[in-house]
Amino acid sequence: MFKCKTSPEVGGMGHSVKRKEDARFLHGKGKFVDDVKLPGQLTMVMVRSPYAYAKILSINKEKALAIPGVLAVITGYDLKEFNLHWMPTLLSDTQMVLPTDTVMHQSQEVCAVIATDRYVAVDGAEAVEVEYEPMQAIVDPYKALDADAPLLRPDKEDQKDNKIYHWEQGDRNKTDDVISKADVVVKERIYLPRIHVASIETCGCVASFDKVTGKLVVYLTTQAPHAIRTIVALVAGHVGLSEEKIRIIAPDIGGGFGGKVPVYPAYVVAIAASFLIGKPVKWIEDRSENLVNGFARDYHMDCELAATKDGKIQAFKVSTLADHGYTDSSANPSKYPTGMFSICTGSYDYEHAFAELDAVYTNKAPGGVAYRCSFRVTEAVHAIERMVDKLAAEIGKDPAQLRFENFIKKEQFPYDSPLGWSYDSGDYKATLEKAMDMIGYDKYKKEQAEKRAQGKLMGIGICTFTEVVGAGPSKDFDILGIAMFDSAEIRVHPTGKALARFGTKSQGQGHETTYAQILAEELGIPYTDIEIDEGDTDTAPYGLGTYASRSTPTAGAAAAMAARKLKDKGKKIAAHLLEVSEEDIEWEIGKYFVKGAPDKCKTIQEVAFAAYTNFPEGMEPGFEATHYYDPPNLTFPNGAYICVVEVEEETGAIDVKRFVAIDDCGNIINPMIVEGQVHGGLTQGIAPAMYEGIEYDDEGNVLNGTFMDYLVPTAVESPHWETGHTITPSPHHPLGAKGVAESPTVGAPPAIANAIIDALAPLGIKHLDIPITPAKVWDAIQAHK
Amino acid sequence: MKHTITLTINGESVTSEVDSRLLLVHFIRENLDLTGTHIGCDTSNCGACTIMLNGLSIKSCTYLAVRADGAEITTIEGVAPEGTNHPMQQAFHDQHGLHCGFCTPGMVIRSIELLKNNPNPTEEEIRWGISGNLCRCTGYNNIVKAVQQAATEMQKES
Repeated sequence: MFKCKTSPEVGGMGHSVKRKEDARFLHGKGKFVDDVKLPGQLTMVMVRSPYAYAKILSINKEKALAIPGVLAVITGYDLKEFNLHWMPTLLSDTQMVLPTDTVMHQSQEVCAVIATDRYVAVDGAEAVEVEYEPMQAIVDPYKALDADAPLLRPDKEDQKDNKIYHWEQGDRNKTDDVISKADVVVKERIYLPRIHVASIETCGCVASFDKVTGKLVVYLTTQAPHAIRTIVALVAGHVGLSEEKIRIIAPDIGGGFGGKVPVYPAYVVAIAASFLIGKPVKWIEDRSENLVNGFARDYHMDCELAATKDGKIQAFKVSTLADHGYTDSSANPSKYPTGMFSICTGSYDYEHAFAELDAVYTNKAPGGVAYRCSFRVTEAVHAIERMVDKLAAEIGKDPAQLRFENFIKKEQFPYDSPLGWSYDSGDYKATLEKAMDMIGYDKYKKEQAEKRAQGKLMGIGICTFTEVVGAGPSKDFDILGIAMFDSAEIRVHPTGKALARFGTKSQGQGHETTYAQILAEELGIPYTDIEIDEGDTDTAPYGLGTYASRSTPTAGAAAAMAARKLKDKGKKIAAHLLEVSEEDIEWEIGKYFVKGAPDKCKTIQEVAFAAYTNFPEGMEPGFEATHYYDPPNLTFPNGAYICVVEVEEETGAIDVKRFVAIDDCGNIINPMIVEGQVHGGLTQGIAPAMYEGIEYDDEGNVLNGTFMDYLVPTAVESPHWETGHTITPSPHHPLGAKGVAESPTVGAPPAIANAIIDALAPLGIKHLDIPITPAKVWDAIQAHK
Repeated sequence: MKHTITLTINGESVTSEVDSRLLLVHFIRENLDLTGTHIGCDTSNCGACTIMLNGLSIKSCTYLAVRADGAEITTIEGVAPEGTNHPMQQAFHDQHGLHCGFCTPGMVIRSIELLKNNPNPTEEEIRWGISGNLCRCTGYNNIVKAVQQAATEMQKES
């Protein structure tokens, strides 16, 4: 286990210190976007399409403009004058800001109403008259591939059908060959449905353009403020918005989970409106607008897993159809259109694999937005973990035993996976053993046998996943060309207190505490003496932001590296103060001392003071450092999750009795915060496993676009999570740490699905797609009677 | 149509002219600048807008401001004297019962009322008691622990 090197008062790594950011939230003093109120501020409300696919015949603004307080109605034609009616997505597709002739999904923005007041703006939006000519929407992605399917994106040159791209990785022929000769092959089409992150704060912005200074300030619900600034400059540079005149401020963010990475059309309209009118314009999304625009998942995966008759895995193949809606708005690195989906070979040691994916357009909202995992690891892990369980059921082997027999062994790391990743570290056997001990696996196996003998349905589900987080390295990972490094800048003041700024942006992850702890660990300055600042592009160093569990792997590492630069400078100052040569100075957290004479010492605070008052001749004054960290590899956290369920045959009701999650995310900065992240991620894992999934009818109408029918788990649906850790440090991260926040969202759904399907196995049920609802279970039970 | 309403909010009397259709949550946030009360939905599901009105926790996003005429309201800004923590606020801090902090004001207010009616609830009673308030970050484990800690502390006080 990790041993703390600092006292609780200093609060370095490993201490569960309480969070520094809590006070303002507990007293209602957080500053979220909707709390921003600027003088003269106007409100914007969007008019949205009731149809999934329609031509716009006309937009009549007159009645809206006649309402006192309505100042403007902005349409696609108004933006077209400035060539701002289309914008690039983060994956180099194109998306309408506002349409001029066609709407492509239900609830797409049609035009914007600007008014003096929220209520008047809504009146205005209702008074805008839009004449549509509805067309037959394509909802089923398989039908989008039909030869006679209408071409959905004729605006794109060279687009001859509804395919967006084809991607593949691995050796198709060799994999097919191994599969064709294998003793056992299990197959399944697995669907991961569209879901929405539904952070409790929706998206929004306040755009404020000053016509005198030419400066644009945008308060924005964004997880990546610097990237947004650059994109705004690239998209709107031609109208005079150049990057030094753009300031993006991400204030407190009420949950992100990836839903606050994209640039939504209304942000651009609000910026354009403020630019034209010269007054601040606020736009705050309502819940339904939030829920039906922009989705995660929506992968249809045809999987094949081949093994010997005693269960040694030999090959895995997966062919996927990805429904991206009308544009590919994935926030994926440009060389990885399917994100890290090729992690789909999992935690197991075998040679042959092949993964391919076709992405298609349909008349749905843009897909590819994250849900606490943006890079398709959830889909990949669900595929392999369901298939491993299916194999276990097929050959009649205990799923834990099958996993033990196939795990990559501790001594095999760094491990080159069949689809090209280099896993940094892990001890999968130890992690699963710990989970089995904690839950009492053998006891539950016995109980299950007894219950089955009585005709009761009880299931035990396992998931042993490998995650892949922390992009860069920049040679492989970029977004729209911007390399995925991240940054830290530390200023130690003369009194020994410090301010540190980062290119990331917390949305609840606790950076104000954990980054201070990293600096406390490195410098010995108490974490309470270090102020952390993020989110303002005028003050923070450039970085790619917080998503994909990348903050600790990148900015956390940058903090350590910047602190080490300061420590080196401090050593020279200490030598000067103690009148010895630098070689005679040693470091112990918080102080420099003379080798062999520990009483002759200077604290980090004394050294900081000297950096401004009494520094060696020729030395640059001050005590500040900046580091841009480009990771040499990703980090590969892993986990073993076990779930026990009981299913009521008469009703299909599912009762999650126990859920144990053992995570290995390397060295831990703050165990309390990591545990909290795991709890939250687990609830966002049970959500798609049992409750959430956006549904459409044949016309492309969303059937569950409010919190009344899109079922976000409450405290009642969320089980009492039991968590624990194994610790296998990352060999390449300066602190030995790995990312963690998405692991539980990735690992929980297959554990739950495996448990429910295991419970239903005596009835002959071999697979169910998530969300596994009581109604779905009941239907399956009836079908197998 | 305009109406004059008078109410007490966090101990202070307020008289104001409001539109018939003005929602209480907007009155609190925009007219009174008490932005600790949040808006997370418009269907009374999420509870981010929960306030205390005449001793009951209610969702202010589906309550008209005119209806609050004569009411006594407490928002998150008024649950404890300035510079102090209500035992519930302290417990949320101690037990890491908040991440992004957006649901927190509503969750704290709801939990205070829960303990008023049931000073020593079981875990199940706490889970049902806060089930009208959604949290997307914490997975609820630590919110439950926070309410348990506050229950213990408040029983000591009484």
